[in-house]
Amino acid sequence: MKTINMAESSVRELNQALHDQAGECLEREWQVLNPKGQHNLAVGLDQSLSVDIQGHAGYFCAGMNKKATVTIHGNAGQGVAENMMSGTVRVKGDASQAAGATAQGGLLVIEGNAGARCGISMKGVDIVVKGSVGHMSCFMGQSGSLVVCGDAGDALGDSLYEVHIYVKGTVKSLGADCIEKEMRPEHIEELTGLLNRAGVDEDPTSFKRYGSARQLYTFKVDNAGAY
Amino acid sequence: MSNDINVKDGLRESATFDRNTMHEIRRAAETGIYDIRGFGAKRKLPHFDDLLFLGASMSRYPLEGYREKCNTSVTLGTRFAKKPIVLDIPVTIAGMSFGALSANAKEALGRGASIAGTSTTTGDGGMTPEERGQSKKLVYQYLPSRYGMNPDDLRKADAIEVVLGQGAKPGGGGMLLGQKITDRVAQMRNLPKGIDQRSACRHPDWTGPDDLAIKIQELREITDWQVPIYIKVGATRTYYDVKLAVKAGADVIVVDGMQGGTAATQDVFIEHVGIPTLAAIPQAVQALQEMGMHRKVQLIVSGGIRNGADVAKCMALGADAVAIGTAALIALGCNHPMYDEEFKKIGSAAGFYDDYQEGKDPAGISTQDPELMKRLDPVEGGRKLANYLRVLTLEAQTLARACGKNDLRNLEPEDLVALTVESAAMARVPLAGTTWIPGQGGY
Repeated sequence: MKTINMAESSVRELNQALHDQAGECLEREWQVLNPKGQHNLAVGLDQSLSVDIQGHAGYFCAGMNKKATVTIHGNAGQGVAENMMSGTVRVKGDASQAAGATAQGGLLVIEGNAGARCGISMKGVDIVVKGSVGHMSCFMGQSGSLVVCGDAGDALGDSLYEVHIYVKGTVKSLGADCIEKEMRPEHIEELTGLLNRAGVDEDPTSFKRYGSARQLYTFKVDNAGAY
Repeated sequence: MSNDINVKDGLRESATFDRNTMHEIRRAAETGIYDIRGFGAKRKLPHFDDLLFLGASMSRYPLEGYREKCNTSVTLGTRFAKKPIVLDIPVTIAGMSFGALSANAKEALGRGASIAGTSTTTGDGGMTPEERGQSKKLVYQYLPSRYGMNPDDLRKADAIEVVLGQGAKPGGGGMLLGQKITDRVAQMRNLPKGIDQRSACRHPDWTGPDDLAIKIQELREITDWQVPIYIKVGATRTYYDVKLAVKAGADVIVVDGMQGGTAATQDVFIEHVGIPTLAAIPQAVQALQEMGMHRKVQLIVSGGIRNGADVAKCMALGADAVAIGTAALIALGCNHPMYDEEFKKIGSAAGFYDDYQEGKDPAGISTQDPELMKRLDPVEGGRKLANYLRVLTLEAQTLARACGKNDLRNLEPEDLVALTVESAAMARVPLAGTTWIPGQGGY
């Protein structure tokens, strides 16, 4: 295992060392010490690396991740795993707002709570939050799945496209064009798979499903109040 | 009194409720939806036509037109990037999306720009292989929607342009109506076919200039600090926006005036939000000069640039380069009179067509219809665009030499005068024949 101590190395040096593995991978296991909330840690990875960040991370940690498994043993700042393409990002603590924003693939697991706009404009990623999510989560969510084991704040799934949302707890309010939908067997199966992948022990039958009513897909004057 | 020959003497049209206004009121009453269209502002605005150059005479001497050189190259991104972009001419192609434009149109833009030695720019919807393949220098837009955005394409780009807004709709997002969402466009944007695609008006994972500084650092980290990062803003509070963009870490700032075009937005937005390009440039230059960053952070100006005089005037006011969008499409054949009969069939006319959002462009440019797209040959279109870019450059050089300048960037405000009080105030150059610059010197 390669260890990089952020008390002695810069963010640039860390990321360059990780990027250098994109071609020929010489070191697969990485440990990052003393991150101390620095921004842009382990961004733009493009290799099947395992990166353990031993502490809190700032903004955009593991941004645009491809293939790598990044674990943050602490809290994560804004935009963790933003625009992730593939791989897995796990936050052992809480995540700030815009977690998994616009992410196109892979799995994001937040073992604590997530702030506002979790999964905003998500485009294919699967997100599992063991705690609760803040307001406007999954705003304009396009595809993928968002699983919330706790509660969801105001305006969940506002202007939603095709994301599958599963919430176990209460939803303070649903956003425009987001409705509760029937939980059919295929959804139980999908949710079971998501929980298993995330390593979260919850009963899938205790969740409710939410999705798009598809009323705002094309402009209709009668919906003007929803715009 | 109306000058319209079809109107009987004695009939007087209201200046307030003219026929266009009445038509819009009736249209709104019938449909219940605001007018959505493409193109840019159509209202008359103070513009570069209101400025004139002071050619050389006794007090200055000119350069010989065909023998003395006048440099046109410009290097963009010298502040932080390891690989700045070197352009042969200071006229770039502005961001326009695949989806709004056909693949052939995007390819033609790439071909024309490459022949002329300049860059082209992607748009909402991502980078197409046609565009990357034909563009020697390609700027990758990083937009609020992040449609089609991925790190592989990011790393293929020669520069990254973080788009905060555009001149046609500062503060607004975009929309691509369902009729233009083919399988390919839908696939690139991770959305179902045939639905209206709304583009967000602000970025999903940062708010404010302090966050933007961190976002720019992320983009630099992902691309290993290789390529320049631009920030594009629609012209509104340009002085402050430019200062904040410098603070956020931009290599290059793009300021797009309200004449800048769009593929689709509300008419009320296009005509009533933003400031003219002419008014924005001096604000941007002032901000850069006060920070000691003029020429260190390069300034690209766009919005209503049509000819070499406009290019030269932008540069005289302090821009390092310009970008064209609408003019480039016209060079490809947009609104061409040869399609007048077809324009009329869809309720428009050559020279007036602005319904880019409908995807029925007879010229094959702002469409995804396979049959219409075939009308634009990308090789021929690229050649025409390259010709046009060369004419812009030759015209700008002609004016610069006349002012005694051996580099387009040596043009300066002192070379200009204004024809109107408004343009003098906005451009901060004297009214012709006077030393009066409104707003300066205490009056």
